[in-house]
Amino acid sequence: MADLTADFLGIKSPNPFWLASAPPTDKEYNVRRAFEAGWGGVVWKTLGSEGPPVVNVNGPRYGAIWGADRRLLGLNNIELITDRPLEVNLEEIARVKKDYPDRAIIVSLMVPCEEQAWKDILPRVEATGADGIELNFGCPHGMAERGMGSAVGQVPEYIQMVTEWCKKYYSKPVIVKLTPNITDIRFPARAAKAGGADAVSLINTINSIVSVDLDAMAPEPTIGDKGTHGGYCGPAVKPIALNMVAEIARCPQTHGLPISAIGGVTTWRDAAEFMTMGAGNVQVCTAAMTYGFNVVKEMISGLNQWMDDKGYDTLDDFVGKAVPNVTDWQYLNLNYVAKAKINQDDCIKCGRCFAACEDTSHQAIAMSDDRVFTVKDDECVACNLCVNVCPVEGCITMEQVPAGQIDERTGKVVSDDYANWTTHPNNPASTAAE
Amino acid sequence: MATSHQASSIEAGRLSAAEIAENFGDLHPQYEPHEAAVAADRCYFCYDAPCMTACPTAIDIPQFIREIQAGHPESAAKTILEQNILGGMCARVCPTETLCEEACVREAAEGKPVEIGRLQRYATDKLMEKGVHPFSRAEPTGKTVAVVGAGPAGLSAAHRLAMLGHDVTVYDRKAKAGGLNEFGIAAYKSTNDFAAQEVAWLLQIGGITVEYGKSLGAELTLDALKADFDAVFLSIGLGGVNALRATGEDKGGVRDAVEFIAELRQADDLTSLPVGRNVVVIGGGMTAVDAAVQSKLLGAENVTIAYRRGRDAMGASRYEQDLAATKGVKLMFNVQPKAIHGNGSCVEIELEYTSATDGTLQGTGETVRLAADQIYKAIGQTLQDQPDGLALEGRKIKVDDAGRTSVAGVWAGGDCASGGEDLTVTAVAEGRDAAMDIHASLIG
Ligand SMILES: Cc1cc2nc3c(=O)[nH]c(=O)nc-3n(C[C@H](O)[C@H](O)[C@H](O)COP(=O)(O)OP(=O)(O)OC[C@H]3O[C@@H](n4cnc5c(N)ncnc54)[C@H](O)[C@@H]3O)c2cc1C
Ligand SMILES: Cc1cc2nc3c(=O)[nH]c(=O)nc-3n(C[C@H](O)[C@H](O)[C@H](O)COP(=O)(O)O)c2cc1C
Ligand code: SF4
Repeated sequence: MADLTADFLGIKSPNPFWLASAPPTDKEYNVRRAFEAGWGGVVWKTLGSEGPPVVNVNGPRYGAIWGADRRLLGLNNIELITDRPLEVNLEEIARVKKDYPDRAIIVSLMVPCEEQAWKDILPRVEATGADGIELNFGCPHGMAERGMGSAVGQVPEYIQMVTEWCKKYYSKPVIVKLTPNITDIRFPARAAKAGGADAVSLINTINSIVSVDLDAMAPEPTIGDKGTHGGYCGPAVKPIALNMVAEIARCPQTHGLPISAIGGVTTWRDAAEFMTMGAGNVQVCTAAMTYGFNVVKEMISGLNQWMDDKGYDTLDDFVGKAVPNVTDWQYLNLNYVAKAKINQDDCIKCGRCFAACEDTSHQAIAMSDDRVFTVKDDECVACNLCVNVCPVEGCITMEQVPAGQIDERTGKVVSDDYANWTTHPNNPASTAAE
Repeated sequence: MATSHQASSIEAGRLSAAEIAENFGDLHPQYEPHEAAVAADRCYFCYDAPCMTACPTAIDIPQFIREIQAGHPESAAKTILEQNILGGMCARVCPTETLCEEACVREAAEGKPVEIGRLQRYATDKLMEKGVHPFSRAEPTGKTVAVVGAGPAGLSAAHRLAMLGHDVTVYDRKAKAGGLNEFGIAAYKSTNDFAAQEVAWLLQIGGITVEYGKSLGAELTLDALKADFDAVFLSIGLGGVNALRATGEDKGGVRDAVEFIAELRQADDLTSLPVGRNVVVIGGGMTAVDAAVQSKLLGAENVTIAYRRGRDAMGASRYEQDLAATKGVKLMFNVQPKAIHGNGSCVEIELEYTSATDGTLQGTGETVRLAADQIYKAIGQTLQDQPDGLALEGRKIKVDDAGRTSVAGVWAGGDCASGGEDLTVTAVAEGRDAAMDIHASLIG
């Protein structure tokens, strides 16, 4: 059995699966149920300043998109931070932490961009015994209109400034949660680091309108006759989050900054992928909101199984392992040649590869009268589209053409020299190594 | 009060009204919207889809399933009906297991095809429930066409011709249209008087006059029709039945299966329909299965299908055979009727075992006797009433690919014409294609 214990910024948890700051972590009742189900930690639903709490809409706050069989692929919300009094939340946090000392409890915070506001709240958070704080600079709707959330997260100077205040008035780890609603995620990450953040977490939700009610002529979710943009999350956002995590992990200025990855984690595999991309742990919201807290059990058993299969004893054995292999396009080896290959025994003859390649790619698949589909090696550019559209996993594979053989498409012998765009003759800026 | 299973001889009311209602309910009920969404999601939208090739009417199946997926079953229905105006009935009666669903790539992949038939029913029902008829007539052409026989072939031809602007008169010897849809198809495949509803819906196109009680060979002659109309389409089905050639065939209780089924389909109250305690059906096609299963559903205690060849040679598909078996029908293979015993009415049937040598069937001499107070003959229908002068092929009216007979100006299609399987969907395809050829010859 592999050891799933996670040590993130010195905060220990029995596994790397934390619940992200969101409705699943909005109160004591939920968090106790989450811990009973096996979650390693929680980031408590974002707290605001002392005083009357925010109010949420009283109509629908979620919208969604679905795949086959109504599998939820993307969720969108217009919920604000916690709408319960600060005092109540702090009391509950203290109580739960006392009862679950082995689990991580992080308190998410969002107060106005004034030093006094942070100075007021941080000692009270410290008093709860929670393990750290997460600064919510990500919420893209509602709170941003009031100068908080992503309105702060989009200005690196503010991030640095607030992070500095937190480091000044709070003794435990400070995690800065980043918004993806920005052109280059490395800028806010660098700002967080400059401000002294112990880690970044990402992504918060992506600005979105999921659908339009064609009768009401209004975005969904519709409150009365109006709707607004909300924050998008769930399986659909994972690729975006994965790239942003990788960008921070491989940037020389932020490399080594601990990352808590968030965005579409649904099974153990998503978690493993984020962690190989440099994340020390993961946070989950939509998967729990879709299926309930028990989803963590599959995440635990799946990660365990995979680590055992691969011979990884601890998380450190694989965290960050894929980072060195993320590179820029210009460094990809242009001498690597592959061809699609269709396994005739697995082929069910749907012809989707043919339609895709014939209509939209390189006319590299032949179809016989009796529906046998074969790849024309002299046309195939190895784009992978047929692999992606084939309904049978593993039926079409990409086979490398070994060095020394002729690529039938170009008529050239495949070389095992590494050669990329920077040295390619077609590149006007080519720096050909002579 | 219901008479029990065990009462010998032929009795009505073996089952209660509630049991009858349950037994004769829809074999495959209409999908709920959620079920339809789940089923539609399974379609891969194949390129040049094999299911489409396997459908005799070549419905664009991936297209209509995609329309269901995207939430507009009414346009899915239109996609279906453009190719097959009786798409509603075909969805209920087609042996999909040997047609579209057999060809589905998910049958190859998982042994579980997309349920095309039920999706087709979902779409067509949704449209017909709204009372919408999505087609309208072209400008009148001034041409007239006579259609003889208001079964699937005749109705399909009539609709297409009317749509193209011709004036159509449909003649049928019976008092109701629909052909075997109305009188032959098993009751649990076409519930709630669907056959009649579909005919009424089809006739909404306009331009079609139906004349009932008019028989070719009696009130009508081909020569007169040819003189009065610009073209004639014959779709008279197979009106006759084959003889058994076993001694005692004339005894009471021995009947043609199609006659029994027609009576069942027209009965207002199935509890009033008499059925034997021991029923034996001779034959191996769909008619045999339908007669046997429906006897069982009426409350017969023992029902046996006696077929003279092996299972593989049976006309009824494996699915139909299994359906019969699950309803409690016993299937006997390699037996042929030798004699029917009884004093006035049948009491027993004597079957002789057979073996095939070089394809020819021979009795082995060994016999077995089964109690039988009803015996149904389901050994095939034959052409009858065909006008003189039309060339035949086999025992059917000879036609070419376009449905033309040997006589100029006369087309034929459906069961009465050569080529194609004797199925509802084939009849629809042949009627439609003949109509297109008639149109081309009238306009060209
Ligand atoms: C019991 C039974 C069950 C079946 N089950 C199925 C099934 O589940 N699925 C399937 O696909 N197929 C089934 N079939 C076959 C299918 O019903 C036929 O292939 C189809 O009905 C043929 O259509 P048609 O229009 O050619 O003939 P028919 O449906 O036979 O219609 C012929 C019409 O012509 C009329 N007619 C006949 N003679 C004359 C005349 N001299 N003058 C005027 N009118 C005349 C008749 O009254 C009738 O209305 C079944 C057949 C039978 C007998
Ligand atoms: C209804 C809802 C409310 C959320 N509220 C907060 C919040 O108060 N604070 C915060 O930092 N993130 C909030 N989030 C964002 C999530 O913590 C998380 O970053 C995002 O959903 C991506 O993860 P996922 O794909 O696993 O859902 C919320 C998300 C949802 C769906
Ligand atoms: S890899 Fe791309 S080009 Fe090659 S066969 Fe597949 S779809 Fe066509």
